[in-house]
Amino acid sequence: MQIDYNALNPAWGARKPVIIGFLCNWCSYNAADLAGTSRMSYPPTLRDIRIMCTGRLDPTFVIKALRDGADGVLVMGCHPGQCHYQEGNYKAMRRFALLRRTLAQLGVHPDRVQLAWASAAEAPNFVEAVTNITEAVARLGPLEWHDTVEDIAPRTPVPSMTEEVAHG
Amino acid sequence: MAENGKPKLALYWAASCGGCEISVLAIHEKILDVAEAFDIVFWPCVLDFKVKDVEALADNEIDVCLFNGAIRTDENEHMAHLLRRKSKVMVAYGSCAMEGCIPGLANFADREQMMQFIYHDSPSTANPDGIEPQTRTEVPEGELELPAFWNTVRTLDQVVPVDYYLPGCPPEAKWTIAAVEAILKNELPPPGSVIGMDVSVCDECPRERHEKKIKRFYRPQEIEPDPNLCLLEQGLFCAGIATRAGCGALCPGVNMGCRGCYGPVEGVRDGGARLISAIASVIDADTPEEIDAVLDTLPDPAGYFYRFGLAHSLLHRTRLAQANGHKVAEPFEEIPHLDPKLAE
Ligand code: FES
Repeated sequence: MQIDYNALNPAWGARKPVIIGFLCNWCSYNAADLAGTSRMSYPPTLRDIRIMCTGRLDPTFVIKALRDGADGVLVMGCHPGQCHYQEGNYKAMRRFALLRRTLAQLGVHPDRVQLAWASAAEAPNFVEAVTNITEAVARLGPLEWHDTVEDIAPRTPVPSMTEEVAHG
Repeated sequence: MAENGKPKLALYWAASCGGCEISVLAIHEKILDVAEAFDIVFWPCVLDFKVKDVEALADNEIDVCLFNGAIRTDENEHMAHLLRRKSKVMVAYGSCAMEGCIPGLANFADREQMMQFIYHDSPSTANPDGIEPQTRTEVPEGELELPAFWNTVRTLDQVVPVDYYLPGCPPEAKWTIAAVEAILKNELPPPGSVIGMDVSVCDECPRERHEKKIKRFYRPQEIEPDPNLCLLEQGLFCAGIATRAGCGALCPGVNMGCRGCYGPVEGVRDGGARLISAIASVIDADTPEEIDAVLDTLPDPAGYFYRFGLAHSLLHRTRLAQANGHKVAEPFEEIPHLDPKLAE
């Protein structure tokens, strides 16, 4: 699938969006496999990490991904009522809702963090979720948390012995 | 060591409220032991020392420096570097130095936004001439200087290496005493340690606990809580479940949820993320609409979760409006709701 990222946002330059996917072992990870073996086409932006259940998703994982260079994060699990650990996806949905509200206050556009469900047979749901988040993130442009946040904090050189401070 | 054989002690405040200075005095008569045991070489809040007195010391001549306050101006940063160079042991004393604390909440804005609000827009400001502080100002008597004010508040360990941390806003006297005694007996834990406890505030809290399932949050003024029951169970935000113990659960003791000033429990890198997990798991709701309805009763989640730890959190601050020359995301709705499709 060809997407002209620069047409959506010229800030992409030579690079394309990087999206970290946290996929539940029992459903959506299989949906992703199935999408591959069925030769379905979707944007090559997802770097997936298999977790046993979306209930295992610590919000730290998402925050760390964004801080360390991801432009978006996609979380995928089993449909409600189908979690292999009964309640994991409900827990995930609550955490995700609270996480996304918190991230919005920190300036992370809500479209950059998405949650979707897919059963093991639903390769099209997986393709749709990846396509949706890729297009949304492509429009927003790179996140570049390190450059846009960390490095902008001014640094002063270590003062020399002779340097005076204004207030003692 | 001084000629009299006493270890040299320095205390300094950077971006802080002054509460840490008072907490040092809260060790009461033990302060006499401190004065007896240490040679105090710098404590601008209490004793008349000047920066040049510190500059005149040899490197590593100070045995222990208790540094409170975050780093938000060039003066704070200069003093952090200077005191680090002069001190054998650097202690981040209190939540500001350790995590950024309340001054770190400035990382929700940038310098421009803060100046605009404080000197122009705030309801209590009367500034008809639109005067803003300048680093240099000419007056008839000469030139006046003010420290430069940074966009971003940093913690002490984001500026210089720190040996020990004393958490708390402010640290409880018993831990200050424990730290001083450990220093005097030379029984300090491994460098990098937090001096305090590894369990959570719940372990110190006497309130009765059951399985928590809450349908809505309340703000403290909205209900009168049962004095014996877990506050979170009653819908009051309490950070105790993910906050380091050591304070003796003071706030829950007076019907107020823990604010989280002791920082995250041992081993947790981002206290806010841990709180998101913990608070979300007590919500009693299964559909996207129900979940959003419960969360709508918890305004300002980032303020609750990062009240003390924003400057030390993984994300460190909000994204700046204009970053690296290219425009960042267009404005968006601040309270994103779940997609109703997630119900199926
Ligand atoms: S096992 Fe798939 S979401 Fe829990």
